[in-house]
Order: sequence, then C-alpha cells, then structure tokens
Amino acid sequence: MQEDKSSTQVPPVPEYPDWRKDEHTLTNAGLSLEEQEWFCDARPKAIPKSAAIIEKFFNWCRSHSLWILAFGTGCGAIELRPLLTARYDISRLGMQPRPTPRQASVFMIGGYVSIKTLKRIVRSYEQMQGPKFVVAVCSCAINGGMYWDSYNTVKRIDEYIPVDVYITGCMPRPEAILVGFAKLKELIMAGKAEGQNLYAEKFDWYKANQKQIIKDWNMPDYNW
Amino acid sequence: MSFSLKLIWAFISLGVVTVWGLTLTGIVQKVYARVQGRLGPPVWQPFIDIIKNNAKRTAISHGIMFYLGPVFRIAGGIGTYMFIPVLFGSVYFSNFSISGDVLLVMYFIFFGQLGMALGAGEGGHPYSAIAVARGLAQMTAFEVPFALSVISLAIQYGTLNITEIVAAQQGGILNWTLFTNPLAVVAAMVAMLGMNMYNPFSVVIAPQEIPIGPPTEYQASFLGLLATNRGIFNGAKLVLFMNLYFGGATNIPIMIGKTFAIYMFSVFVGVAYPRFRTEQSIRFFLKYPALIGIIAILIWTI
Repeated sequence: MQEDKSSTQVPPVPEYPDWRKDEHTLTNAGLSLEEQEWFCDARPKAIPKSAAIIEKFFNWCRSHSLWILAFGTGCGAIELRPLLTARYDISRLGMQPRPTPRQASVFMIGGYVSIKTLKRIVRSYEQMQGPKFVVAVCSCAINGGMYWDSYNTVKRIDEYIPVDVYITGCMPRPEAILVGFAKLKELIMAGKAEGQNLYAEKFDWYKANQKQIIKDWNMPDYNW
Repeated sequence: MSFSLKLIWAFISLGVVTVWGLTLTGIVQKVYARVQGRLGPPVWQPFIDIIKNNAKRTAISHGIMFYLGPVFRIAGGIGTYMFIPVLFGSVYFSNFSISGDVLLVMYFIFFGQLGMALGAGEGGHPYSAIAVARGLAQMTAFEVPFALSVISLAIQYGTLNITEIVAAQQGGILNWTLFTNPLAVVAAMVAMLGMNMYNPFSVVIAPQEIPIGPPTEYQASFLGLLATNRGIFNGAKLVLFMNLYFGGATNIPIMIGKTFAIYMFSVFVGVAYPRFRTEQSIRFFLKYPALIGIIAILIWTI
C-alpha cells in the first residue's frame, strides 16, 4: 500500500524576527507568535562548580536531602509507595516525595515512556532547578522492555534526558530501588552526577532527539 | 547598653532562636514518624535541607512580587522576634521590648503572611492561590480568639508591654497567667493550634489536597529563605506565648524547656486528629475559642 507522504512530513519552521536567530536565543517555533511572548527564549547554560571543598560539602548535603519528583509513567511507580511506609521508610535517609518539579532534585521515571509522556517528562525535567538527577526504574525505561517493538514507546530514555542511575527489574523490588538511590548518593558525593550541565552542553543534540520523536511540539524549546 | 551593642545581642539571640526553631521542626518530624511507626529523618534534617536549597545552581523568579514574597516573610519573622523579650531580667536577651510591643508583635505576625500571599500569587500556580485564600481566611479567624485573649491580658495586667506582663507573673508557678486567667490561655492555645498549622487546622499546606500550598512555585534559595523563616517564626511565636501565658523564662534552659512543652501541645493534637475542611476550621475558631475569649474579657471587666 502506498503511504501518504504529505501527512507524515514535518511542516517547515516558520520565519520569525531576526533578533531571535542568534545562537543565544531559541526560536520557540512550535508556539504561535502571541505565545512566544509569554515564554523565555534563553538557552540553558552549564554552570561551573564551586571551589573543591565547598562543592564537596554541598554534594554531601545534596545527597542527604534528595527530594523526589515521582513520575508514575508505568507500573514501576507502584514501588515508590512501599518506600514511604514504616517497612522501608526513605525519610530516614533524608528523602521525601515532592509534588512540584520546582522543588524536587531527583526525577524518578517509573516505567515505560510513551511518546505522549515523553513530552511531559521533558517539560517537568526542564522545570526542575539544578543540580538535578534522574533515576529510571524498570526495564521498560532502559530498553523498552516488553514494549520493545511498540510504535509509541521510547526505548532509551537517556537519548532525551540525561539519566544518572538505571534500576533494572520488572518490576524492581523496593530493596533494589534503595540500592539504586545508594548508588545515586555515591555518584553525587563523587561529583559525577552532573546531568544538568551535560544537558546544557549537549542541548542541541537532546533537542534534536526530542523533536525527532515528538511530532506535535507545541511548547517552548526550553521550559524555564 | 548602647544601641549598637543591643543590636549585636539582638542578632545573637536571633541566631539562637533560629537554631532552636529549626531543631524543633526536626524533632516534630521525628515525633510524627515515631507515631506512624517509622524511624524518621534525623533531627538536623531541616538544616541540611536549607543548605541544599541555598546551594542550588539555578533559580527562577516570576517577577518582583515573587522575589519580594520570601523577603517580606522573613522580615515579618525577624520583626516579630525583635520586639519580644526572650529572657526576663537579662540585659542581653531582651531585644527591643518597648511599651505596647504586644500590639506591634501581633501586627508583625500578620505582615509576613500578607507579603507571602502577594508573592505566591505572582507565582501563578493554582494551588498557591487556593492555599493563600485558605490561609488568609483561617488567619483572620484565629486572630479573633488570640486578640480577645491579649485584650483580656491587657485588662488583667493594665499594660501592653510584654516585659511588664512577664514581671507580673514572677514569684511562683501560681502567678502564671495559666492559673490567674485560665480562660484567656485556653482561647490563645486553641488559636496557636491554628497558627502552627498542624492538624486539624492544616488547611493551608494540606498534603494530599493542595500539596506544598503557597510556596508551590518557590525553589532554590527562595525556599531556603522560607524554611529559615519557619524556624525564626516558630521560635518567636513560642517565646511570645511563653511570655504571655507561662511566666516567661529567666535563662536559656528554662526557655527551651517551656517552648518545647508549648510546641508539643500542638504537635500532639496534630498527630491525633484528622484535618478540618476550611469552612469547618473557620467556624470552629469563630465559635468556641472566640466565646471563651469574650468570657475571659467579661470576667476582668465586671
């Protein structure tokens, strides 16, 4: 059967005033002209670390005060609830769930990521304030899992946002998630969890990947 | 003592009360956790959270009022504290207590909340707006029994100066307002339940309903400032209640013991009760505690 190519073609990026077109501003081309006025068009910048001793102390504090934004995309999200109960109690490690991305520092993606969800994941991730860390739970978030050949499931989430720790399993038990968080703490304390800066440095690459898969891009290029 | 020296001591006592207020927050988290059968975060967790929030590398502002919201809040907290004498008879820990300071302090308690309401409103999150509306409504309601109680005290002691009110309560436990004017204390303690916003009056933060409440959009150092203010404001309120109703304190250990006991009252009520709805909470304050406050005034006028 012959495919109708005209419907799958991406519409050309419309022309916008020249002042947006230097390397420091984003075009926000997915928005209407009126909407473009509402959103910031600056690119994210990589922010250098503080002096070594101070950064070490800050990293210790960051690793002992992980506020989780749980994005319950799939069945893995169900494993977060037992962590809050008396049996596992993550609050003793200084962790707590945070319902707003603005205040959270760990983004926990709990399961398969459909293309529709990826849009929301990108928005939420960009709204978090750095340093921010991403933990992907379940095999679906790692390689698609049982949705390997699905038409609308993302296979590798770290092509779209930088991931610090993967937790395998289908689904991983709460103990495995605790081990994953312990690993994340190790990485933060060693100063290796710099996903925020990586995202800013490779911003164009991440954006290209995201736009390749999200066809109805009707949000700003970077969600401040 | 010269003014500059007084200012230095006022800031030292501010430091003491900030540390104590934040430690109390940590203790409360621990108490809640133990009641729920958990281990709970360490007592120093609030300090780590504040450092972490201030160490964030990026922060977003939504406008001038959004920026000023936490500033007004902490100005309200420090302002409340600066006019409350902490230790009775101490030259160093009496802050800037002046005649009529109890009125000034009551005004400052309101001031921070109003600033926060404007700031959170500019954040633009619906939860902020809902929580601000709830918070201001509930605050107006619990100010009624608290103001009635303070008026009753003013009639009883014939002064609006906190230092003089404390001085009148010296010389034994039976001289405390708790025993000389129990109805005013009941009205004020119920108002304090509303002030501390634990259950059943946790309609502002309201987890599972409008989580986080007004500071939904606040992050990074804005949130760090708000958390610091929570410590100062908690400490200031507790010291005020200790001075007005429980005989004040003559040294730091007594101050710590008394404020701890006063705070645990609202915590124990908090862990034992579920949450009121907003209108239930407002009606409650305007009914029984307000009535008790009026009776407390009538007793001393007649």
